[in-house]
Amino acid sequence: LTADARILVNRARVECQSHKLTVEDPVTLEYITRYIATLKQKYTQSNGRRPFGTSCLIAGFDMDGTPHLYLTDPSGTYTEWQANATGRSAKTVREFLEKHYSDESVSSEEGAIKLVVRALLEVVQSGAKNVEVAIMKPNEPMKMLDVTNLEKIVNEIEKEKEEEAEKKKQK
Amino acid sequence: MALEALHGITRYHSKNEMLRDEMMIPDMENLSNQCQLAIPSIPKGEVNVGEYLVDETGRKIKLNYAHGTTTLGFKFDGGVIMAVDSRATSGQYIGSGNVKKIIEINPYLLGTMAGGAADCTYWERVLAKQCRIYELRNRERISVAAASKLLANMVYQYKGYGLSMGVMIAGWDKKGPGLYYVDNDGNRMPGNAFSVGSGSIYAYGVLDSGYSKDLSDAEAQELGRRAIYHATHRDAYSGGIVRVYHIKEDGWIKISEEDCKDLHYKYADEKSAFS
Repeated sequence: LTADARILVNRARVECQSHKLTVEDPVTLEYITRYIATLKQKYTQSNGRRPFGTSCLIAGFDMDGTPHLYLTDPSGTYTEWQANATGRSAKTVREFLEKHYSDESVSSEEGAIKLVVRALLEVVQSGAKNVEVAIMKPNEPMKMLDVTNLEKIVNEIEKEKEEEAEKKKQK
Repeated sequence: MALEALHGITRYHSKNEMLRDEMMIPDMENLSNQCQLAIPSIPKGEVNVGEYLVDETGRKIKLNYAHGTTTLGFKFDGGVIMAVDSRATSGQYIGSGNVKKIIEINPYLLGTMAGGAADCTYWERVLAKQCRIYELRNRERISVAAASKLLANMVYQYKGYGLSMGVMIAGWDKKGPGLYYVDNDGNRMPGNAFSVGSGSIYAYGVLDSGYSKDLSDAEAQELGRRAIYHATHRDAYSGGIVRVYHIKEDGWIKISEEDCKDLHYKYADEKSAFS
């Protein structure tokens, strides 16, 4: 439910600034994930309210530059991951990531983007128009991959897939 | 339900609950929430709280806001030195000659006391509780900046109600040695050297003339000690035992506690030996 997500993001934004004001340090990923998860849990245990209908993937860098990825669900639990997915076809994407994620496959920026797009293309109709990719680097603002680059990568992946399929046929 | 909770209306489910809430002593809220004290029903800011204080003959009790004490703290390469005296006065009467004016918030954070002893001890104990809770929740030690900000915000809520404290919060965190001055007006300042109290003027003289960033540990401790001694010598409201603490990367250590009388004779001897 995207409306629920919007409310959560608003509350998280305020909490980030509030934390900066009282503690004079930017939030750690763990803190803001805990805040969002606590918020979600409150709505599972009070009268007259329904839980938030969103699972959130929260990713970013702590002040010292270490990256983190957290997953929260409507019940209010949160867990940390190297790779994960949410949504209707999350299971398929997760299985793909489990098979193909490794430290060396994501050691380069290109490799990581390819892995992510390939994972999505398993469940989404192929086409750069159905996919959005965001890239985060330490101490840099988040960057959305533009459409031309994305199309180039998608085409490369399609070619690689065809080559693999042919190799299998030849065997 | 949710709407009532939002507006702060409590719905009682039985007569007993209602009676219990009405009988609750309104002045004891700080037992369950230490950050909350009973505020006198005097409109804030309109009236000086001191005007209401009279002794049994009706004479006005003068509230001594000058903080009769000397405390000092300074940062240097080897950490933070804190030195304090130990005299407590109410007016011209010496209440005690042995007050512990350095409050150990936790093994790596220290706070000093100047002004109202009860105010300082109480609020620094509440700060210790908040720091520990922060540590448990976030699995890392609280920074000196955050700790001093917690104290400043707690005290700011009572601005104008007559709290009296001029406190220094010092410690060592991820950003290195940290020293902040916090007082009852809500002032909060980071700095390299502070001295607080009626004897601070004398202590600043000695401190500023002997200070440099690259003092050795022993030199820095002696500087703090001397500065407090000189303040106790000239200021009537400072005296007793001179305590020196040193905050290093792994926590604070108590360096010495010496009576200012003994220091007087020791320094006098040194002077005569020198000349």
